[in-house]
Amino acid sequence: MLGLEKKDFRLLMIVVVLTMLAPFILNPFPAESALGETFNAGYPDLMQRFVIFGIFAIGFNILFGLTGYLSFGHAAFLGVGSYAAIWMMKLVTLNVIPAIIMGVIFAGIFALAVGYISLRRSGIYFSILTLAFAQMSYALAYSVLTPITGGETGLQIKATDSPLLSNLEPGEIGRANLFGMDMRTSFELGVGDWLFTFNSGYYIAAVFMLISFYIAIRIFRSPFGTMLRAVKSNQTRMYYTGLNARPYTLAAFVISGMYAGLAGGLLVAMDTQAGPERMFWTASGEVVLMTILGGVGTLIGPVLGAGAIKYMENILSKINKDILHEWFAILPDGIEDFLVTIIYPFVGKGWHLTLGLIFMAVVIFLPGGLVEGGQRIARLFGRKKTKGDGEEATQSTPAE
Amino acid sequence: MDNSRSNITATAGILGAIVAFFAVVVLLFGVEATILQTLDGLSKGSAYALIALGLTLIFGTLGVVNFAHGALFMIGAFCAVTLSQLLKLSRTVIDETKTDFLGNPAQIQVPYMNDWFGAETGAAIIDWAVPLAILFSIPIMVLVGIVMERGLIKHFYKRPHADQILVTFGLAIVLQEIIKAFYGANPIPTPAPAAFSGSFDFGAMLGFDPNVIIYPYWRIIYFAFGALLIGGVFAFLQFTTFGMVVRAGMADRETVQLLGINIDRRFTLMFGLAAAVAGLAGVMYTPINSPNYHMGMDFLVLSFVVVVVGGMGSLPGAVLAGFLLGVLEAFASMGEVLEVLPGLNQIIIFLVAIIILLTRPRGLMGRKGVMED
Repeated sequence: MLGLEKKDFRLLMIVVVLTMLAPFILNPFPAESALGETFNAGYPDLMQRFVIFGIFAIGFNILFGLTGYLSFGHAAFLGVGSYAAIWMMKLVTLNVIPAIIMGVIFAGIFALAVGYISLRRSGIYFSILTLAFAQMSYALAYSVLTPITGGETGLQIKATDSPLLSNLEPGEIGRANLFGMDMRTSFELGVGDWLFTFNSGYYIAAVFMLISFYIAIRIFRSPFGTMLRAVKSNQTRMYYTGLNARPYTLAAFVISGMYAGLAGGLLVAMDTQAGPERMFWTASGEVVLMTILGGVGTLIGPVLGAGAIKYMENILSKINKDILHEWFAILPDGIEDFLVTIIYPFVGKGWHLTLGLIFMAVVIFLPGGLVEGGQRIARLFGRKKTKGDGEEATQSTPAE
Repeated sequence: MDNSRSNITATAGILGAIVAFFAVVVLLFGVEATILQTLDGLSKGSAYALIALGLTLIFGTLGVVNFAHGALFMIGAFCAVTLSQLLKLSRTVIDETKTDFLGNPAQIQVPYMNDWFGAETGAAIIDWAVPLAILFSIPIMVLVGIVMERGLIKHFYKRPHADQILVTFGLAIVLQEIIKAFYGANPIPTPAPAAFSGSFDFGAMLGFDPNVIIYPYWRIIYFAFGALLIGGVFAFLQFTTFGMVVRAGMADRETVQLLGINIDRRFTLMFGLAAAVAGLAGVMYTPINSPNYHMGMDFLVLSFVVVVVGGMGSLPGAVLAGFLLGVLEAFASMGEVLEVLPGLNQIIIFLVAIIILLTRPRGLMGRKGVMED
């Protein structure tokens, strides 16, 4: 189906169903309940971030997962894509499609330039070179390039902007749209106490994510993907068989830069703003975290990792002392205060601490990330079911 | 040492380039400005050099790329903050002779230091909190370093460099969040002793007009302290038996082990030493910039660039690159330069790093075969 093997097609279909039903899945609790107010993640802003950072991580994984080149400056491409997209919206049209295409093209050109230079070196030197380029872009966007980037405040669509192909009233602030459909249009469905929100922006981003995911599967299974794995496992041997690794790594670098540009363009399409903080090196670190947490080199891992981190960022940071007291209200006062004091540093403003601890635990105990964890659990149950069934069930399928 | 000759030519080339650079700069901006910017660059550079030195020590001995090194710098700075807060612990005394604005008897905070050592000595001790923190922080930093190495990094020797980077990156996040949980997110001002608060008229001493080349005392002290510390580390490695064994271990770990020497224990101690160097750099940095929880990360990125420019695994390279980049950054921040090339001060370090990595792939003084997989 679609040029995919049966297994991959099934994976793609699962992802399609999950993303399409996400408004249901992410809102498992009634809207007004205490649990719902904290743990429900089915609001448009967060769902959009899930899929957009999913795209970013999928692209990063094409470079890091397949070739093993650890780029510490990938956020620069996301930033460039954002700036290109917002200018397209400010000057030409408020339709998001041209803006996103511009974002992808500019990020691709920029990645070509950065990759051409950085890929002359490998290992930690490559990491430092990409980091240096990203920090330079950040510093320039922040200071000298202010006329283009808006400096510290960044760029927004303002009332004074009148794109060529739109007929806005003077003073009307343009809104991002897709052939007239506003990104912020939402349809709310109430079922009993439950409230589900279907947001047009989310579904547009989700479609882009599914297309990127499909392309990523095709790349993983193509001869090109095999070449990239060869770069990772033994570059010297590749040279001796008469193949030059550079064009392959450069192509992978540009592709993953274009993915980042797509994510940047989509971010702009959703919130119509762009700023230099998107290029800061912590943003590059974040996509590394997502990919590792989910599972490097696996197809689904980066999407899972992106979802997990964005969920923690938004949900854990929302939990404050009052909410904790509410949870433990049944317990005797002494124990309640004790528990709240212990847990509080890990949630709310301290959610980064939890993130750091989880990340360390994953690197130490589960180098394959969440996907490996899932496989281990599946194997555990699989073994129980088919006990005495022979080797077949216990044989591990390596994480791609 | 088959590459010693190429190292000598490299050093000569670098020295020549430095001399030429200064000749051009003096011609362009005049002697006074050159001296002033060089001073500025050296004090900035000593922070880079100290952190880069520690990073290189760890990399050279244990072969680990330590992304948590910036966090050690930050912990050092917070040792100084902690000591100054401890020294300021006070009891409240009600002074009947004075009244506050409501007419109640005034409450006066009397530090315990004043009770124990008398008012004058007590005040002096509090004033000198930052220099005292040097003594306070050394055991703490060595301990932190050893615990870190034995508890975590030991298990990562056999894993790929990418894993080492990632786990230490995670550790850095955890450490800085712990500090944030205890000290809050705002910078905590920790001033230098009053005796060093002014500026030093450097020009008057050298025979220029007064008030042309003036420079804060504390920054001069920072540079002197950095130079001393770097000299100390090199002397320790060069002139003690312990240092000799460590250097032998850096060159060929297996042979040293075959000679029956427990090199692992010595390398662990070197990790402690590297942590202490980073911590001391942090302690002395507190009066220059009020410490906050993410200061380590800000320095770490630059220090890695410094290490790579100097050449992975080369101690003199790290120090040289630290000072060099500090001076270059200082010159790039001059108003005259920024008029011609705006924004140069923001990117100069990265720009230099890119140029050096592409022209001299091993960095200024890198050794052959280090990190070349």
